[in-house]
Amino acid sequence: MTDYIPPLRDIKFTLEHVVGLDAVAALPGNEEFTADLVDSILEEAGHMAEGILSPLNRVGDEVGARLENGVVHTAPGWREAWAALVDGGWNGLPFSTEWGGMGLPNVLNTAVHEMWQSANMAFTLCPMLTQGAVNAVRLYGSDALKALYLPKMVAGTWTGTMNLTEPQAGSDLAAVRTKAVPEGDHCRISGQKIFITYGDHDMAENIVHLVLARLPDGPPGVKGISLFVVPKFLVDASGAIGAANDVTCVSLEHKLGIHGSPTAILSFGDHGGSVGYLVGEPHRGVEYMFAMMNHARLAVGLQGLAIAERAYQQALSYARERVQGRPVGWTGDKNPGIVYHPDVRRMLLTMRCQIEAMRAIHYTAAASVDLAHGSADPVQRANAQTMVELLTPIAKGWCTEVGQTLASLGVQVHGGVGYVEETGAAQHLRDARITTIYEGTTAIQANDLINRKILKDKGAMIGAFLDQIEAQAKSLTGDDSVIGLGVAEGVTKARATVAWLVNSAGQDPRISAAAGVPTLEMMGILVGGHMLAKAVTVSRVRLASGEDPDGFYTAKIESARFYSLHILPHVHALAVAATDGAATVMRMDEASL
Amino acid sequence: MKILVGVKRVVDYNVKIRVKADNTGVETANVKFSMNPFDEIAVEEAVRLKEAGKVSEIIAVSLGIAQSQDTIRTALAMGADRGILVQTDVDLQPLAVAKLLKAIIDKEAPSLVLLGKQAIDDDSNQTGQMLAALLDWPQGTFASKITVTGDGIEVIREVDGGLETVALTLPALVTTDLRLNEPRYASLPNIMKAKKKQLDVITPADLGVDVTPRLTTLKVEEPPKRKAGIKVADVAELVNRLRNEAKVIP
Repeated sequence: MTDYIPPLRDIKFTLEHVVGLDAVAALPGNEEFTADLVDSILEEAGHMAEGILSPLNRVGDEVGARLENGVVHTAPGWREAWAALVDGGWNGLPFSTEWGGMGLPNVLNTAVHEMWQSANMAFTLCPMLTQGAVNAVRLYGSDALKALYLPKMVAGTWTGTMNLTEPQAGSDLAAVRTKAVPEGDHCRISGQKIFITYGDHDMAENIVHLVLARLPDGPPGVKGISLFVVPKFLVDASGAIGAANDVTCVSLEHKLGIHGSPTAILSFGDHGGSVGYLVGEPHRGVEYMFAMMNHARLAVGLQGLAIAERAYQQALSYARERVQGRPVGWTGDKNPGIVYHPDVRRMLLTMRCQIEAMRAIHYTAAASVDLAHGSADPVQRANAQTMVELLTPIAKGWCTEVGQTLASLGVQVHGGVGYVEETGAAQHLRDARITTIYEGTTAIQANDLINRKILKDKGAMIGAFLDQIEAQAKSLTGDDSVIGLGVAEGVTKARATVAWLVNSAGQDPRISAAAGVPTLEMMGILVGGHMLAKAVTVSRVRLASGEDPDGFYTAKIESARFYSLHILPHVHALAVAATDGAATVMRMDEASL
Repeated sequence: MKILVGVKRVVDYNVKIRVKADNTGVETANVKFSMNPFDEIAVEEAVRLKEAGKVSEIIAVSLGIAQSQDTIRTALAMGADRGILVQTDVDLQPLAVAKLLKAIIDKEAPSLVLLGKQAIDDDSNQTGQMLAALLDWPQGTFASKITVTGDGIEVIREVDGGLETVALTLPALVTTDLRLNEPRYASLPNIMKAKKKQLDVITPADLGVDVTPRLTTLKVEEPPKRKAGIKVADVAELVNRLRNEAKVIP
């Protein structure tokens, strides 16, 4: 396994020039958010990724989390690493100073988390989930609940979990059976929850479970589910930790990857019912969970980018060192590394250009969240909200699929040793595999894109975005027109696909469902191309002013060129699958499968 | 007690150094820079002494181009109280650095000066010793432990044969070695606070020091590439080669 080197140059370039931090810095309350502060924070977060989290990635995979005599132990070194993050005040980065946070923008938190996810994905799930749980309490909890729980959760001395899934209720939350029975100022919760990430562990003094359960008067289906805070240890009015609540970790799952992250089966109420406190109003739990889920979906999508970056660094380093045969066309006397073989180069560029595209998508989505919540201008808020809505299924659905493909390519670059665990490339592939599944599978992201983002307004919102993409693409000229052309042709295909979907949705809903994932992938590739096209525009300006001592801007343009000729053409094939191909999905008789 | 710590901006220890094509130096364009690791140890030690209540103020000083402010900010984020940058585009050599530091020390009158034992870019290991001589102060170089005693400090030095303990009266100068401590990560609140701490920028002229380089670098080259190993036929050949080719045995 190679060391992780934070890609600070591209992170800063993307933040400053593709996303543009000025708009975020101009938001009320962001007076301290200056370029030099961003630099200092990114440097130190990268330093921690490199020095603390990355060295623990292997031990997390090999030793993993263990349940022994009812106690969950994380891998050696993980407790200390969590303590370092908490002591450093990092968990509170995006939260209000009212709760002890730093009050910094979400987009900065996203860049910090990208590095941590790259360094150690299994570990960073803990701050990711904790931040998600903070959002639920912050947005929907009563003042009393907030006062008691938020300061500790923001600091990270207490971590958070999301308890949705039950054996019979996975993607279908309507099937949730966990019960909540009112008793005084609280409820008694009983039932079993599975797949609870960091559901139990030894890194924090308390764990705050956010649990979906049914009140006795709840109607059937998703409209009868409420959200509860269920602490691992009961908390008195002063915030002091008391007796253990009635929550048991029954077992930990044995998984393909992210071994360091304890995935718990939790049993609530084995001894009379665990004490839980209602969050917000009764029966609105799923709605609250969804507000939280949008954050979680972007955060999981970020893992797709992060794991691809890690896999790329490892593959590139190996390709430079490993000598194997004489590359065609090589004229030097000594054979160079396999990085000079054209197909290895093709694989590395396939990784690199999509990583750049994913980074820009994620940071744009994250900055849009900041603008959508923080802007004083209603038009800016609405536009930003549109971007968040359009980019969320892409950032989750497309980026995790790509992350997985790229982690697999990373193994391929290594050849046989990539398949051997000692090399470390295989871990990234195993770790990446979950990202297209949890927080809503790729198909669920595709449904979200098709139903809520395309069909709901008959393609208006996405149509406006496609217009913007096309206008930007057409501004590329000369040597870069091949990139602009690739994007513009993609827009034409995407428009036709949207029109076809809007037109055919009424005829047979199965057709638009079958078109979902191809449409999602098509939009992902196209929006990624748009992001790279924006990077080309900026890079050209820099090059024109003679500012490219290390070839960074030239490389950005070459990366976009490769993308336009190797990745963007897939838009055409996906457009066929999404339209004419959709009907074939259900044609074959089920018995013939 | 007031402490002055020297912090130098150097190419990050993780960067693979490349020699410039014209052999005048190493490539520094768009390379990651960070604080010299030995200086980080010096800052950490100063902060620990302050946390232990032995020190009232820590001043971080850097000398060089404008970007050295970033290095000072790092020291401020770790816990230094204020910074001074002597800004110049001239390539500063150890004697010039020692003279500039002396001028600042004459003004600030710290009781203790902590410097890294050497910077990882030029590996000179001269500034501390030169500065102590210019100040006519006692010096404890290559420190692996510093203890504040009644009226002075005790320094354990890492020397070839083992460890040497010296007692120094204050004011004194100490250069830090690798094992003195493990530098902390700056916390997020402290990174934010560092932005508000005082950082004065002055020039060599303000201090009346001539920083014109005295030494000329003739050439910078990559170290020779390692050659492939060979198999020897027998012990006699091995001894022969060790004696006559490698010249490692007499």
